Amino acid sequence: MEHIPSPTVDLVSLAPVLVLSVFAMMVLLVDLYVKRDKTLVIFISLVGLLMTAISAFAKFDLPVHSFNDSYVVDELSVFFIMIFTLSSALAILLSIDYNKREGIRMGEYYSLILLCTVGMILLASSTDMIMIFLGIEIVSICLYVLAGIRRSDPKSNEAALKYFLLGAFATGFLLYGMTLVYGATGTTKLGLIAELIREEQIASKPLMLMGIVLLIIGFGFKVASVPFHMWAPDVYHGAPTPVTAFMAVGPKAAAFAAFFRVFAEAMPVLSPSWESLLCIVAVLSMFIGNVGAIMQTNIKRLLAYSSVSHVGYILIAVIAKNSLGSSSLVFYMLAYAFMIFGAFGIVILIGRKENEMLEIADYSGLAYKHPLMAISMSVFLLSLGGMPPLAGFVAKFYIFSAAIKEGFVTLVVLAVLNSVISFYYYLKVIVYMYMKEPEGEFQISLAPMTVFVVVIAMVGTAGLGIFPDPILYFTQH
Amino acid sequence: MELLIFYPIGTLCVFLALGVVLNKSPIGSAMCLIGMMLGLAAVFAIQHAHFIAILQVIIYAGAIMVLFMFVIMLLNLKGDDTVWKTREGNTLLTGLGAVLVVGILYKMTEITGGGEFDSPTPIQETFGTTVKVGTTLFTDFVLPFEVASILLLAAMIGAVVLAKSKMDD
Repeated sequence: MEHIPSPTVDLVSLAPVLVLSVFAMMVLLVDLYVKRDKTLVIFISLVGLLMTAISAFAKFDLPVHSFNDSYVVDELSVFFIMIFTLSSALAILLSIDYNKREGIRMGEYYSLILLCTVGMILLASSTDMIMIFLGIEIVSICLYVLAGIRRSDPKSNEAALKYFLLGAFATGFLLYGMTLVYGATGTTKLGLIAELIREEQIASKPLMLMGIVLLIIGFGFKVASVPFHMWAPDVYHGAPTPVTAFMAVGPKAAAFAAFFRVFAEAMPVLSPSWESLLCIVAVLSMFIGNVGAIMQTNIKRLLAYSSVSHVGYILIAVIAKNSLGSSSLVFYMLAYAFMIFGAFGIVILIGRKENEMLEIADYSGLAYKHPLMAISMSVFLLSLGGMPPLAGFVAKFYIFSAAIKEGFVTLVVLAVLNSVISFYYYLKVIVYMYMKEPEGEFQISLAPMTVFVVVIAMVGTAGLGIFPDPILYFTQH
Repeated sequence: MELLIFYPIGTLCVFLALGVVLNKSPIGSAMCLIGMMLGLAAVFAIQHAHFIAILQVIIYAGAIMVLFMFVIMLLNLKGDDTVWKTREGNTLLTGLGAVLVVGILYKMTEITGGGEFDSPTPIQETFGTTVKVGTTLFTDFVLPFEVASILLLAAMIGAVVLAKSKMDD
């Protein structure tokens, strides 16, 4: 009998994943014993997310590599775990009143959000392509179900089915890309791949290049970049609004973390072959996202197209591939989380039971009836557009400066041009709120938890814009 | 010797794969797919990856194809439905698609013709044997192995949530 060497297992570095998985299962079990009132379940989920955020600091002396180099705890992953727990907690808080109003009474909803967060943590901390694939699959499967959780609503069904079919197809591309890279290098570990590329020991360059192209297609779909963005508007529109906000932040941030690890950290030497391709994808995302958003009359679709354009800006951070790129990437995702949750919080507040009030025309005259809500919505939209002194401006500024440092001047000029275009449709909503007469009655019940989320988002958006230094310091060290 | 076995099987696989795409009836496509999977299993076997070959037969040619067949039969196709409905042909689109395919093929042969494909990493003799697969699964890949259980749990919860018959709790 051959002796098998026991693997290196470092459970402490895996702490956030373990804590959150246990809480996700606990939520499932507790849900069996509570009836209609889900307060306890929600409370447990939020405690679980808090514990996860704390356990992310379990390791000192970063970076720590464990499990034969397939898992890493470094500054990037710790910061991403913070973003994930924050965005999932905000999504759960947004869901409390929304789910009561829309009659979503399944406790599994919260469990799926937690499991999805587990997937995101794995995705952001993995340095092995198999782990990245598993992470992406966990995240996607949870999202397919969450998008379709309103089973009696045909729009929700459509969103789930579209997302599932296209997502499964894109996963195929991703996996194919990974196998080709494996074929070319003989390993799935990103660290080893980087080493092999540096020493020019790739078995077959054509295989590697084809693998890279397929990886870009797979990741490009997961982050909704043009030309793989067609699902975004429909899915964002059909999914329950808190899920839409959740989808636009956490999973996207996770996919970008993996994107950054695979391309900027493992394959920087091969950048001449993928840089130009990513530049095209980024520029197309910005232009088509912004031009698409101008045509929309539905606020959720508008935000969906705007998120496609934001993917374009964030891709610039991946293309820059320096340390400023990674810190500007996390800063952007954090700022984006606040802005998106704020904007969707307002969208939820304005809706009511039978009518979700999703048309932009429904916002006419909001400023006269509810000036505070109109002001907050304007702040979130202007921040998305990149207006100083809000968070969106600082985030864009850092991404652009990271790119300029690497000499991508044309790309940055195009991105700034796009920011200007984007103001057109953000301002359109503001014009409706301030300069049109109210069309119907607003029946707004200020649900306490949703208001709480909007307040947090407001503090985050303004705070990150005016005092970005503490967070920036943290991202850079 | 291995090449003598590989080329016929490889050719057969390519033709069966084409059959999956070109076949008019779903059942026919599924049958071609089974044949293709078995061919791939044979390719694994001549690479000495016996364990992977057996897994290929059990999982793909067995379990997954049974699911495929189930779905096709559950859909209960009648008459016209037994053939795939194809979209109305668009000559311009077909033409452009053909140009694209020819372009990609040309570029691929150009790159591979440069002899850059010629140095595949040799695999070890033990690659894909039961012992080797088992060892790597519990040493190098112990984390993915465990994480897969979270994936399956999520998928299971999802399936139950979407499929359970009573809507409320």
